[in-house]
Amino acid sequence: MHESSEALLSPRPKKSRYDAIVVGGGHNGLIAAAYLARAGKQVLVLERRHVLGGAAVSEEVFPGFTFSVCSYVVSLFRPHIIRELELARHGFDLIPLEASFLPLLDGEGLCRWSDPHRTRREVSRFSPRDAETLGEFSLAMSRLARFSKSIIDRPAPDPTSLAPRELLRNLRLARELGGMDADLAYLNHKLMTMSAVDFLDLWFESETLKAPMSVSGIIGTFLGVRSPGSAYVLLHHYMGEIDGAFRSWGFSRGGTGQVSLACARAARAHGAEIVCEAPVEKIRVEGGRARGVVLVSGDELEAKVVVSGVDPRRTFLGLVGEEHLDGEFARDIRRYKYRGSSGKVNLALDGLPEFTCRPGDGPHLRGDIAIAPSIDYLERAYDEAKYGDFSSRPYLNVVIPSLVDPSVAPPGKHVMSIFVQYAPYEIKEGPAHWPERREAFGDAVVETLAEYAPTLPDRILHRQVLSPWDLEQEFGLTEGNIFHGELSLEQLLFLRPAAGWARYRTPLRGLWMCASGTHPGGGIMGAPGELAAKTLLESREL
Amino acid sequence: MPIPSPFHERTAALCTSMRWKDWAGYYAVCSFDTSHEREYYALRHAAGLIDVSPLFKYSVSGPDAGEFLAQVMVKDVRRLEVGQVTYLCWCDDAGKVMDDGTVTRLAQDRFRVTAAEPSRAWLERYARGYRVTIHDESAEIGALSLQGPMARAVLADCCDADLDRLGFFRGTSADLDGTGVWISRTGYTGDLGYEVWVEAARATRVWDALVAAGKAHALEPAGLDAMDVTRIEAGFIMNGVDYFSANHCMIDAQKSSPFELGLGWTVDLDREPFNGQAALRAEKERGSRRRLVGLVIDWDALEALYAEHGLPPEVCSQAWRSGVPVYAAGGRQVGKATSGAWSPLLKENLALADVEASCASLGTRLDFEVTVEYERRRVPALVTRRPFFNPERKRR
Ligand SMILES: Cc1cc2nc3c(=O)[nH]c(=O)nc-3n(C[C@H](O)[C@H](O)[C@H](O)COP(=O)(O)OP(=O)(O)OC[C@H]3O[C@@H](n4cnc5c(N)ncnc54)[C@H](O)[C@@H]3O)c2cc1C
Repeated sequence: MHESSEALLSPRPKKSRYDAIVVGGGHNGLIAAAYLARAGKQVLVLERRHVLGGAAVSEEVFPGFTFSVCSYVVSLFRPHIIRELELARHGFDLIPLEASFLPLLDGEGLCRWSDPHRTRREVSRFSPRDAETLGEFSLAMSRLARFSKSIIDRPAPDPTSLAPRELLRNLRLARELGGMDADLAYLNHKLMTMSAVDFLDLWFESETLKAPMSVSGIIGTFLGVRSPGSAYVLLHHYMGEIDGAFRSWGFSRGGTGQVSLACARAARAHGAEIVCEAPVEKIRVEGGRARGVVLVSGDELEAKVVVSGVDPRRTFLGLVGEEHLDGEFARDIRRYKYRGSSGKVNLALDGLPEFTCRPGDGPHLRGDIAIAPSIDYLERAYDEAKYGDFSSRPYLNVVIPSLVDPSVAPPGKHVMSIFVQYAPYEIKEGPAHWPERREAFGDAVVETLAEYAPTLPDRILHRQVLSPWDLEQEFGLTEGNIFHGELSLEQLLFLRPAAGWARYRTPLRGLWMCASGTHPGGGIMGAPGELAAKTLLESREL
Repeated sequence: MPIPSPFHERTAALCTSMRWKDWAGYYAVCSFDTSHEREYYALRHAAGLIDVSPLFKYSVSGPDAGEFLAQVMVKDVRRLEVGQVTYLCWCDDAGKVMDDGTVTRLAQDRFRVTAAEPSRAWLERYARGYRVTIHDESAEIGALSLQGPMARAVLADCCDADLDRLGFFRGTSADLDGTGVWISRTGYTGDLGYEVWVEAARATRVWDALVAAGKAHALEPAGLDAMDVTRIEAGFIMNGVDYFSANHCMIDAQKSSPFELGLGWTVDLDREPFNGQAALRAEKERGSRRRLVGLVIDWDALEALYAEHGLPPEVCSQAWRSGVPVYAAGGRQVGKATSGAWSPLLKENLALADVEASCASLGTRLDFEVTVEYERRRVPALVTRRPFFNPERKRR
């Protein structure tokens, strides 16, 4: 189904001049390339690493064990991109997660299922009231999520512009948002300003329910669950769409790298050229205009436009150089916050671990497993990070995709992916000392999980530990931030990555941005790549 | 009241949803869990194990078995090699389809016919003058369909058949954990898959062996709901849903010919007489009036209709089989969609439809009736090639 007759990758660029050169073969860069190639442009993608995908990448880290090395579940990916680029035909394939399991040290833990009655029974063991409120909460969040769709599926609104086109756009948005009744509008305002915990307190009483829910507010940010502004990201969990319905998360068959590869195949099918192991050293700027790129190999390539699929700091302070930027813009880019706070531990297992609170290998293991026993636990984990250490008892989000996708592990064996927060980039010894702390960090993660699943350590065949430092070194994620910059309110919408430059253009003519550091932000979503390409095509710069 | 199949003891223990249906007089699982989702994904990503025992199975043996079947079936089964299986249909004298199923040549003079409907009396009606014995073995043989990309790996771990050399639509006898079985590389999901045929008394043993071997390959027992979605992705028709057996129809308009059902490729027209030959020949010359086609229903248009109500688009995760009117683009009714499903894999809204022949060429745009917030509306649908899903591994 996926193999095209032509090879996906070219060993080297076939030409010296292109309409568009995309720097970075992350999923957003690949999507931008696909849309540009679809419009008939000559497109080249240059990726630094030996594999495509960036932070959405699958690698056989240990023989027979394929990991979603960084990102591990997919939810926000825009469904219209799947259709427009025919990604399903190119191998895009999601398997919905069945459950969300919170093991606890005593009792049975809490498992939320896609079956609402089963979830209600589970939650009512902690709070009969919350069990019933959950439905109302989901409905309210889904209604809000519908409105945010009008925001994430379009370039960011520009509140300052008086251009007729902008006013019309804003009017349309206002009309759509006007469909929001007063209650929903108030709720929206609370969501935008409150902490995740305060917001959940409006609805629920049980800590056991609130703790794992509140975590979605802090993923990829340097905030605690009680920090104001953390509520907004809760919405992300209700914005995902799988098969039309607003639903939660899915595994990508073959790992999240398959999402990127599907995008790459689409780009290739439209004629784009893709080259790996081709790090870009410089974006060539002449006369205030980007003219092409210089590779680390010394090769030079010309392009009408250069589209950056790497993060803003790397793009402007690294590849372009401050000398080509005006001071205020450069300052904004320097101030844009990364502050990576998460790490990853990937385990190859020779069998399934058993959780003490819910023994056996039932369906509770087929979704995500969260270690977030209480709000205080999460706050304590944050405290350690604030003072420059990784959490000794961190928040963990664990998945075992081999349970539903046997293609990623040898028969009977499993891969376990553990997302960890907090692991601050700025440890007190300094980020460059992460390599010395790396294994201790890995140990803390395994020890934490082993408190709930004592058989785990004996099942481990191999272990890969990624600190934020490693994420920066290996994947080019500045300060290890998983979203190319924090998803905090002051860095979203028309402020991402800098005020006045949220529409994929940059102060340099011929240079565009298309990755997670632009609206609507990080995650395996595809929207920045798509919107950047569409905006660029409309601009007639190409 | 339905009766248990030979695997009932095992399936009943697992069917926590209590969702059963009556399939040809047997209890058959719709889905083991409240939703069939896990089973569907297992079928497409790992392996699913489906009890298909309720299929009707006939042993046709004797020196004239080949001659006889060649006369009642539209395909000339005499050409089958021993161990070969074929898919076909059979017609009444007017060239209208009675049923579709498979014929396997188990030995030089012995065949197995599978059918969706009881067919013994009908077969016997034509047996006069042939040295042939027809035996209804439906209740004596249990059948399991093992489907999905890991199906071969599962089977390889528990039987001695040379699976790497067992081609598509070929069969072999084998020892499966101490039980003699017949394994055919066939199925109803359009994917890599096998069907395992076993004496009813030994059935649960085979189930246990397959489930045990499946553990390392993420195998899941699957029910008919999951199978229904996969068979639509594969573009397979179903008797009683997408067409009706000619001998159940009150009026001619309800009957279908093989050409109309897209089964023209199973008809070997130029040979000595067989049931329905003259009528089929005439239809071939004249051209068919109708045609069964695959449709892909436009998503953007559907989404827009929901958006008019401020709603997100909805798809039902289950396959549907309630007839839906189909129209010429912007025009009059030209047919009906008989079943369909949202394909989570292809991310497409699929249907099978019976339409006037003039509307049946690939790429024709038709209109499909949908009900959104209790309002009847139409959205475009494109005539699309079947199978919708056709992975290379199916034949490899
Ligand atoms: C540990 C971790 C877990 C995550 N979990 C999830 C999750 O479960 N779900 C989710 O939705 N999101 C998750 N995310 C976030 C998500 O993966 C990212 O936001 C997204 O993949 C970023 O995609 P992108 O295309 O914008 O950028 P990237 O994927 O970062 O792509 C940038 C590309 O540019 C390349 N590059 C860098 N410099 C150069 C150069 N000089 N020359 C050429 N190429 C260069 C890089 O190698 C990289 O391939 C996670 C991220 C991480 C790190």
